[in-house]
Amino acid sequence: MNIKDMISPIIRDMPPSGIRRFFDLVDEIEGAVSLGVGEPDFITPWHIREASIYSLEEGYTHYTSNWGLPGLRREIARYLSHRFNVDYNPEDQIIVTVGASEAIDLALRAIVTTGDEVLVPEPSYVSYMPCVEMAGGRVVPIVTKADDEFRLTAQALRETITPRTKALILPYPNNPTGGVMLRSDLEAIADVLEDTDILVLSDEIYAELTYGDTTHVSIASLPGMAERTVVISGFSKAFAMTGWRVGYAAGHKDIIAAMVKIHQYTMLCAPIMSQIAATEALRAGYNDGYEDIKRMHREYDRRRRLMVKSFNDMGLECFEPRGAFYVFPSIQRTGMSSDEFCERLLQEQKVAVVPGNAFGASGEGFIRCSYAYSIDALTEALKRIKVFAEKYVR
Amino acid sequence: MTELENNILEILSDDHRVTAEQISAMLDVDVKEVEATIKALEDRGVIVKYNTIINWEKTDREFVAALIEVKVVPQRDQGFDVIAERIYRFPEVQSVYLMSGDYDLAVTVEGKTMKDIAYFVAERLSPLESVLSTATHFILKKYKVEGIILDDHEQDHRLAVSP
Ligand SMILES: Cc1ncc(COP(=O)(O)O)c(C=O)c1O
Repeated sequence: MNIKDMISPIIRDMPPSGIRRFFDLVDEIEGAVSLGVGEPDFITPWHIREASIYSLEEGYTHYTSNWGLPGLRREIARYLSHRFNVDYNPEDQIIVTVGASEAIDLALRAIVTTGDEVLVPEPSYVSYMPCVEMAGGRVVPIVTKADDEFRLTAQALRETITPRTKALILPYPNNPTGGVMLRSDLEAIADVLEDTDILVLSDEIYAELTYGDTTHVSIASLPGMAERTVVISGFSKAFAMTGWRVGYAAGHKDIIAAMVKIHQYTMLCAPIMSQIAATEALRAGYNDGYEDIKRMHREYDRRRRLMVKSFNDMGLECFEPRGAFYVFPSIQRTGMSSDEFCERLLQEQKVAVVPGNAFGASGEGFIRCSYAYSIDALTEALKRIKVFAEKYVR
Repeated sequence: MTELENNILEILSDDHRVTAEQISAMLDVDVKEVEATIKALEDRGVIVKYNTIINWEKTDREFVAALIEVKVVPQRDQGFDVIAERIYRFPEVQSVYLMSGDYDLAVTVEGKTMKDIAYFVAERLSPLESVLSTATHFILKKYKVEGIILDDHEQDHRLAVSP
C-alpha cells in the first residue's frame, strides 16, 4: 500500500502554504529580525488572564454548550450592537468558535456544496481558499489593486458573479494589505448583491484596528444586509488573544444552526477558560470604554505612520493602510519578484518579511511587513531594510 | 496640554531614546514642531529629566532601602512644602510624597547598610522640629518601579512568521 495514495486528492493537491515555506527559511537564520508575524506583540491584558486563572481555581474545567457560554454570547451581541450597529440575537444567531479560523471553516462548510463558487478578493488571508476547496467549492479570486487601496469595487464584483456564485468573502480590514472598505464602498457592494442570492462572509477580525478618521463599518449594518451576512470575528487581534483560540460568528439563525451542527461533532465547544477570558475582555471593555483596545490601537497607529513614511522614503512605494497592522509596500523598483526580494533580504540583512504572493497571485510585487513590534525592533528592521533598498532600488 | 504634547509625553515616558525624527513620523507632525514642543515641555518643567531605570539588585552595589512614614506639623502659610523640602534635599532621600491618611509624608531613603538608615532617621529626620514621629519599614525587594516590572520574565514567544 502506498500511503501517499491514500491521502484525499483535495488535500494532496493543495499547494503548500507560502507562509509555512518562509517560516522554515527564517528558522534557519540566526539573529534574524522578523516583521513576519500576523499577531499582536502585546501580551493579553492582565485582567483578562487573571479572570481565566481565577476560573480554573474555581473549577471551570468542563465543556460548555455547543453554542458557547450564554454569558459570552450575550456580551458578543451587546458588543456588536454597541460598536458596529450590528444586531444579532445571542440565543440563536451567535456561535462561539475556536478562533475566527474555525468560524471561517464552519461558515463555508455550512453553505458550500460541490460546484459552488465563492468570490474571494485578493490579496487576502491564506485560509479562505483551502477552506472553500475543502468544502467542495471553487474559489473565484477578485484581484484588488493598490490604485484602489486594495478595496473591492462594485464593478469587479459584478464582473465575477455567475449563476453558481454562492458567497462573497469580504476580508476587511484586510490582511495583508491593510485596506479597508468605507461605508460608500460597502453600499456599492450591497447594491450589487441586493438582487442576488449571494451570501456574504465578512471577516471582521481587524475591525477594531482602523486608523485616521476611518472607523470600521460592518456590511451587516447596512439596510437589508444582516440576513445574508455572516459576521466572523474574534479576540485574537483586538484583545491580543491569539493563543486562546476563541472567536465567533453571527448571522441568520439557520446558518448559525447549521454551523453549530458541524461544530458540535468536530469541536464540541471552544475551551471554557478561553471563553471566560473573552467574556471578561468584552465586559471590562464595555465598562471602561475599551481601554485595552485604545491603548494598543494608539501604539499601532504610531508605528503604522513610522512604517509608511520609512518605506516611502526608501523608494519602496507604500500606500497608507487604514486597517490591521501591516504595511504592504511595492517592491517593483527593485526589479525582483516577491520571493526573490524576501529571500535576499533575509540572507543579506537578516530581516524576515512575507512575500505578497503568499496571499494570492495578485500579491506578487509586494511584501507584507507587520508592525506588531516595539518601536525598537521596528527601528532596527527598518535600518536594515534601508541598507538593502539603497543597494537595489532603481 | 495639547494632543501633540500628550502624545509626545506618552512616547517619551515609555522610551526617551525615541528620536524627534521618529516621533515626527509616528505622529505625522513636522520634525521642527516636535523639537520645539519637547523643548517647551522641558522649559516648563513638565519633562524633568531623562533617566534610566536600573535594577540595582542585579548589580554588585550594596544598598538598603526603607520607606519611612513621617508625621509632621504643617507650618502656618506654608503647609507641608517647607518640611518636605528640608527632607528631600538630603541626597540619601529617593522620594518624598505627601499622603492622605494616617501619616503625612512617605519618604524613601537608600543607604549602604541598615546602620546608615538608622543613622539618617535618628540624626537627620527625627530631630527636625516639625517631625512628630517616624515609622521605618525596610524594603526587602522591589518588584515594580515607576510602572516598570524590574525582572519581567514575559517574553516574546511568537513564531517568527505567521499568517
Ligand atoms: C484576516 C484574518 N482572519 C482570521 C484570522 C484567524 O484568527 P483567529 O486567531 O481568530 O483564528 C486571521 C489571523 O491571522 C486573519 O488575519
